[in-house]
Amino acid sequence: MARLIQAADLEDIARGAAVLGTGGGGDPYIGRLLAQQAIREHGPVTLVSLDEVPDEALGADAGGMGAPTVGVEKLAGGTEHVLAFQALETQLGRPLTHVVCGEAGGSNSTLPFVVAARLGRPLVDGDAMGRAFPELQMSIPAIYGVAATPLALADQQGNVVLLTAVDNRWTERIARAITIEMGCTAALSSYVMEGATLRRTLVPGTLSLCQELGQLIRAARARHQDAVERVTERLGGRRLFQGRVTDVGRRTETGFARGHATIAGVEDWRGQECRVEFQNEHLVAVRDGTVVASVPDLIIVLSSDTAEPVTTEQLRYGLRVVVIAAPCDERWRSPAGLALVGPRYFGYDFDHVPMAPPAADGRHGDSPAGRSPGRGPCVSAPGRRGRPSP
Amino acid sequence: MEAESAEAGRAGPPAPSPAPLRVGIDVGGTNTDAVLMEGAEVLAVHKTSTSQDVTEGICAAIEGLQGQQRFVPGAIAAVMIGTTHFTNAVVEGRRLAPTAAIRLGLPATASLPPLTDWPPALRGAVGEHVFLCHGGREFDGRPISSLDEAEVEAVAREIAGRGIRTVAITSVFAPVDPQDERRAAAIVARGAPGVAISCSHELGRIGLLERENATILNACLVDVAAHITGALARAVARAGIAAPLYISQNDGTLMSVEACRRYPVATFASGPTNSMRGAAFLSGETDCAVVDVGGTTTDVGALVHGFPREAAVAIAVGGVRTNFRMPDLVSVGLGGGSVVRPHGPRPEIGPDSVGYELTQRARVFGGPTLTATDLAVAGGRCAIGDPGRVEGLDPRLAAAGLELIESRIAELVDRVKTGPDPVPVVLVGGGSVLLGDRLPGASRLVRPDHFAVANAIGAAIAQVGGETDTVVALADRPREQALADAKRSAVERAVAAGARAATVRVVDVEEVPLAYLPSNAVRIRVKAVGDLELARAGSGDTAAGRRRSP
Repeated sequence: MARLIQAADLEDIARGAAVLGTGGGGDPYIGRLLAQQAIREHGPVTLVSLDEVPDEALGADAGGMGAPTVGVEKLAGGTEHVLAFQALETQLGRPLTHVVCGEAGGSNSTLPFVVAARLGRPLVDGDAMGRAFPELQMSIPAIYGVAATPLALADQQGNVVLLTAVDNRWTERIARAITIEMGCTAALSSYVMEGATLRRTLVPGTLSLCQELGQLIRAARARHQDAVERVTERLGGRRLFQGRVTDVGRRTETGFARGHATIAGVEDWRGQECRVEFQNEHLVAVRDGTVVASVPDLIIVLSSDTAEPVTTEQLRYGLRVVVIAAPCDERWRSPAGLALVGPRYFGYDFDHVPMAPPAADGRHGDSPAGRSPGRGPCVSAPGRRGRPSP
Repeated sequence: MEAESAEAGRAGPPAPSPAPLRVGIDVGGTNTDAVLMEGAEVLAVHKTSTSQDVTEGICAAIEGLQGQQRFVPGAIAAVMIGTTHFTNAVVEGRRLAPTAAIRLGLPATASLPPLTDWPPALRGAVGEHVFLCHGGREFDGRPISSLDEAEVEAVAREIAGRGIRTVAITSVFAPVDPQDERRAAAIVARGAPGVAISCSHELGRIGLLERENATILNACLVDVAAHITGALARAVARAGIAAPLYISQNDGTLMSVEACRRYPVATFASGPTNSMRGAAFLSGETDCAVVDVGGTTTDVGALVHGFPREAAVAIAVGGVRTNFRMPDLVSVGLGGGSVVRPHGPRPEIGPDSVGYELTQRARVFGGPTLTATDLAVAGGRCAIGDPGRVEGLDPRLAAAGLELIESRIAELVDRVKTGPDPVPVVLVGGGSVLLGDRLPGASRLVRPDHFAVANAIGAAIAQVGGETDTVVALADRPREQALADAKRSAVERAVAAGARAATVRVVDVEEVPLAYLPSNAVRIRVKAVGDLELARAGSGDTAAGRRRSP
């Protein structure tokens, strides 16, 4: 059902997006303010569910690329996101009827609201990842063979770059180089898709899920309930560890901020140690030497007291946190999906071990806690139209 | 690590002692505490209610010290004051000056103009005088756009025309390159003579809105700052003290009274910092947990190298997000006045408390309510009021209750601890009588004297510091070089703020790579502190060194 999203709703959505951001995407505060400002100026955004998207629809994602640390200092000019979106329309020679969310995590989950509000176009309730990932080619539509290009980048100066590339990996490389020239933040629109492809490839309902996660954290806090537990239940995940961060190491490697946090256990985990490794997003959780969760499953770090999601940049000595894992969209577990975002892609010498068997009805089922254990991982890649670029 | 200068910084009459005398005063919302210290020794303490009149309050505090221990005013080498006046002015929205907020960054940043996300009342209090101009830098120092002098001149005329007397200037990536802010400040000073100007690069870290908010709050406090600093200086002069006056900053270091007049926001949240540092100083510990047991709550924080560990989240003052940090404290609703409800042998304690009515309502004072203090008296931990009134109490109840209190406080200590090893625990606060002579997780318990005036002691012992926060592209210079440059800059700022060069040390280095970028850019933040140079303390007026590092 289509429904209207008002400025006040963005608080919950941004907080929920930080949960699904699995440590990446930066502080959701600025992204939330941008969306709220756009809605106050231009009116509420119509959020349409995937099954309401007609075949003749044409959508593209609207978001940004760059360093969150820069994004909190050099704020958006206000027109660049619309500029990138409209540049694609010019290139295509036809209007884009729908705005799409590329990743349900960090500011890229709130920036689509900016474009949707300013242009008065409906926003599709879903996203291309079901979480956050660091690179452009890491998208479920890409598993189905959808190309990221034509892609448009725009900056605050009004510069627009239109990109056509031979594959999505090239797109990522070139777009990132341009982003640095643009001052480390750029508005971006990409992954043009028609209605049928949108419906088939996107992860359904993730913007509503963000809102729901934000709501339940807020409500649980107000009632002094265990908000962490509510989040874990809702995602069909499980609590991996609880403790205090005792060490954070960071290094810059192959162009990305990589690092790890070591967490000393409390309560049920007293005497144990958990190491969360990250490259912008959390990649792997290792408990007492054993990998207990790995990318592409969601590894989420929440503040023990408030269930406030903790980004990798906020990870610091002494923080008291809970680490939870939640199953990713099952399509990420296909060979093509794992080739894009599996542990080996990020340089690990082991295969993905699903933290929990995927349920037949996907991870947005009503009762994820009731899944029976013991089923093997889903290996079928649904309806691929071609090999994604390696 | 505390300042214990051996140099005699006073030129007054013959001193009664070899070490310089210092007066530390903490002006809280309720109480004004004062201490007289000679080196590390506390000679006199005084506690009184905070008065309406700032000057009267300080004079009374100094007189109170004289009543405890006579001293020659000329023998005082420095006066340090911690105050909540500025925080309270913002929270209450009182006497805030209409302020022009100039931001340099067009065409970037226009989507979220200054005062975005401020509470409406505070927006109204500072007026909606918002100006977006060209200028500002990229993360690597390239200009976003050139500063347009004519544009800033026009803004200056508008400011003068509207009769605005205080201006906040914030430029994008000013921590990387403050030039645009300086140039704009000069243009505004020419075009609107007499206005007070606050620049963001003096006030904070990367994070435009938070730094800009702090700068605007700073600017709107111009009248309050002139009033308060004037009143403090008059009080000290009236007491016959000619020594320089310093004000506590939120990070536990000092600034000159002149710097405070220009940068009053740096005092935000200095109270909890002073309290913890004072407690640690009294105990002789520099790495420890500080447990403050009050009447209603217990606060626990950690000191690392003598400074409180900061909370991860920035604090909001009056509902405005700033980039100032608070000490990372954990609290529980448990104190000397906590109400005890027996449930068989296992009692429930708190979180409700009889609070300041302890001496009327607790059993040992003849009252009807069983409190945590009554358990402590029954358990023989202290002798308060009339122990006879709790003689009939079930000893198992008292023991179980005290054990519960101990375990709950031990849990808080465990949460702030930095590793599994036991740490020294410093106990302060009137309610600390609830605890015995051991606590799980504590290597030793220290109960320092004078803990009731720990805030004032924290002010008196404070050092001076300098900080740098910058983004560096490692393509331009090697990491080691970048780190060395940042450290040197922080040390220079500490010395400029009045630190004795030989004592300045780098106490904190934070290096965070910028995520999602293959450019090898890192953000480097360095903090250095040193002992106050008492001999030349009067020259510590520069704001350059005391740029505040929330």
